[in-house]
Amino acid sequence: MASLLPPDALGQPASAPRKIGRLREFLYFAVRDKKIFVSLAIIATLLVVAFVGPMLRDYGPNDYVGPPAQGPSSEYWFGTTTFGQDVFVQFVHGVGATFFVGLLGGGLAAIVGMTVGFVAGYRGGLVDEVLNMLTNVVLVIPTLMVLIVIVAYVDARGLLIEAVFIGLTSWPWAARAIRAQTLSLRTREFVDLGRLSGQSTRQIIVGEIAPNMSSYLMLTFILLFGGAVLIAATLDFIGLGPTDGMSLGLMMNNAVLWSALQLGMWWWFIPPGIGIVAIVGSLYVLNVGLDQVFNPRLRKL
Amino acid sequence: MGTLALEGVNKVYRVGTFGGQTMHAVKDVTFEARPGQIISLIGESGSGKSTIGKMILRLASVSSGRILYDGQDVATLKSRELKPYRRKVQGVFQDPFSSYNPIFKADRVFGLIRDGFFPEVKGADWDERVHKALQGVSLDPDGVLGKYPHQLSGGQLQRMLVARALLLDIEFLVADEIISMLDASTRVDVLNLLGDLKAGGLGVLFVTHDLSLGNYISDQAIILRKGRIVERGPTATVFDQPTHPYTRMLLASVPALHGGHDSGALGQMDVVRDRQACLYHERYPGGDATAPASQANPTMVEVSAGHLVTCATVDEGGGCLQGGARQTAG
Amino acid sequence: MTLKVRDLRVHYTTLAGDVRALDGVSFDIADGEIMGLAGESGCGKTTLGNSLVRLDGRMRHVGGSVELDGTELPIWDSVAMDRHRFHTISVVPQYAMSALNPTRKIGRMAAEVIQSRGIRYASVKDQFERRLALVGLPERVLDLYPMELSGGMKQRVVMILSTLLDPSLLIADEITSALDVSTQKAVAEALVGLRDNQFVKSMIVITHDLSILHEVADTILIMYAGHLAEKAPTDVIINGPRHPYTKLLISSLPEVGVRFAERRLVGIPGRPPSLLDPPAGCRFRARCPLADAQCEELPPLVEIEPGHQVACWKVG
Repeated sequence: MASLLPPDALGQPASAPRKIGRLREFLYFAVRDKKIFVSLAIIATLLVVAFVGPMLRDYGPNDYVGPPAQGPSSEYWFGTTTFGQDVFVQFVHGVGATFFVGLLGGGLAAIVGMTVGFVAGYRGGLVDEVLNMLTNVVLVIPTLMVLIVIVAYVDARGLLIEAVFIGLTSWPWAARAIRAQTLSLRTREFVDLGRLSGQSTRQIIVGEIAPNMSSYLMLTFILLFGGAVLIAATLDFIGLGPTDGMSLGLMMNNAVLWSALQLGMWWWFIPPGIGIVAIVGSLYVLNVGLDQVFNPRLRKL
Repeated sequence: MGTLALEGVNKVYRVGTFGGQTMHAVKDVTFEARPGQIISLIGESGSGKSTIGKMILRLASVSSGRILYDGQDVATLKSRELKPYRRKVQGVFQDPFSSYNPIFKADRVFGLIRDGFFPEVKGADWDERVHKALQGVSLDPDGVLGKYPHQLSGGQLQRMLVARALLLDIEFLVADEIISMLDASTRVDVLNLLGDLKAGGLGVLFVTHDLSLGNYISDQAIILRKGRIVERGPTATVFDQPTHPYTRMLLASVPALHGGHDSGALGQMDVVRDRQACLYHERYPGGDATAPASQANPTMVEVSAGHLVTCATVDEGGGCLQGGARQTAG
Repeated sequence: MTLKVRDLRVHYTTLAGDVRALDGVSFDIADGEIMGLAGESGCGKTTLGNSLVRLDGRMRHVGGSVELDGTELPIWDSVAMDRHRFHTISVVPQYAMSALNPTRKIGRMAAEVIQSRGIRYASVKDQFERRLALVGLPERVLDLYPMELSGGMKQRVVMILSTLLDPSLLIADEITSALDVSTQKAVAEALVGLRDNQFVKSMIVITHDLSILHEVADTILIMYAGHLAEKAPTDVIINGPRHPYTKLLISSLPEVGVRFAERRLVGIPGRPPSLLDPPAGCRFRARCPLADAQCEELPPLVEIEPGHQVACWKVG
């Protein structure tokens, strides 16, 4: 058999060494990208705050400890509320609670949404029809009514129940979006090639389709996370949230409720506002940066 | 040994709202393929040629009929049972850039073969096999390994897919329009590769819409129209003595590089329909029941050795519209 | 009509730098001439077609001039070009067939297009129907939606619509590529008919398929990597090419009659250079069997015989 070795055409990049591991490659780009670096730094800082913060004071967020409605001072770093509660302590507990609800609620919604979306998109047919019906039913359920009914029967409510409830009701749009993407990726020939290589359905979804959508999945998770945070704040406001504890959403709503804006008590609502923006915003910027790492075509090589 | 035979294969799709209507994409297709031969499946869009390729690869289900490989019907096998079949029959598709997952390196396709079929082979051993396969398709391993698909050319990607198939000891390759998306100057080299592999004993089913490519590379040609085979036989015979009106119309429409359109032979597409008189009706009125071909395919008639043609004026039920006897399978 | 293109340079600006898609192309088209523009992917033929009407906003006109019937075309200015589009120079872009608005009947779409050019549809409607009939389309086509037409029919509708105002030059970009071979013939014949009936004066037919050009074109221009390789009458290009690239390309095309077992065709190994940072000198150098040190300098386009121009040091 004649061997026609194609000459190296001018303009072809030199062959890269073959054995660079994927993790090393990922880290190489991750460290060099400012967006990823900065956003991870912000999130890490807030996480540290959430863990370490509560240890800095030995009283709780709802304790009346100081003079009411005071601005930030050396003792009360974020000032006090109308009732003399320490805003800083509220803040650090709130950040922790917010992370918890966001991660758990958003994570649960992501898992359910992805499972439903992938299976419906890949399998098609009857499975697709059934899952679509399920999605539509959950979408249409008036979640508030259901929650009120639940609240009537369950006495003590913690963050966990709230997070689970949010997780089980906020996934339909994610399932729809993922299903649409899966449907289009399924027609690509590499899926056929995967089947010819003996890959099972699960292997194809997890190994071929999902990685192709990895930045999309991350963005979905971020939106679910942010959504969970905001839904939690709403529920907290109308009293359907946890019966104890503090969250950033609850802080903001308390501030509004007690006219902090009109009274000029900026230290009550600005820290939690910045907190929510910082968390959700950093996640978004992180996603944009990760998109470049995940998708080799977007890399500036 | 290693014969692929299709018998009465049909593919029916359900379309429309709630799947109420049906579309009959492949109608009653019967033919045989042997290793060491290239068969071209030639048809225009909508002819069902890709669907046949997919059914052979079991990427699409078979609505009815049999696909026999070495006597075993693979059309009804469950997905789990297909592995031994897939070691023998593989495919390469049209769009090289869609055949690779763009976020992984191109040589991952070799890794998938190893995971699926040779999990016990050691690293160095496997690398050597990959090198050999790449050299077998005239690719320099250092030039293509470790690269992402967008860093390689269409021709290189298609060759790598052939190399991937060669890692298994396949006997048949379904090549579905594999060069139609490549540049003209690289097409013929990939095509020659198929010819070389054939010389090594591989059987190829070459699906294409391009008559000149089919003529160049294949030993047997099958002409498809709207899901039905209208003519088949040795390539030289089909191209030199096209008998079915559709084949003749197709050949007349191809602009030859050095010849130009054969403007005299046949008019526009609208003129040539199945309603035109069947050319060999006198010789085989309503098909000849004693001719071996027409027992298996009631509507096909053997015009010369190995050269079969579908009656041009046949209705959906297999009856000859020119008044011949109605043929039934048995 | 005459088209004179001199040293046309068009680049695309990207994050990574300038893609030098067209780097100094010069040619003429005479009245009544159908010129085929052929080459492989990345050679710049679509860029050339689009730059003559300034269709793509990402293009940057870097140098050179285009003169149509004695007037210089302002191809660097999209707004100024609007005066000329459809009236003197018209384009059938590559995806035209699939770009028809699926919610508009053909007649209504045509009316909207004509109206947008500042012409009353009623004044051209008869002419439109007559021309559609000439290419084999019945009058009722105007009442149909695009999805009810076949590919060949849509292509012919688009062609007639683009030439309704009798432009001097029509640029047809890959109009037969997406069609079945049986309809390609009808569309190709319709194309020539446009010139023969004098609906357009001259045409540039862009395609990668040389055999179609054999049908329709009077002259063929072969491009490679943003440069012009050879220009000559059709049968000279097909039967007696001189540029090494053209020769290798023609000899690599299988046509009905040539069989692998009898004569093994050979392609051109390697691939075209990246236009982001193209090599100096002749861009075909890396793949050319005749290349040597002389080719490090860009060969000029030289007329080796009347009507036949080649850009290669090794010729003439």
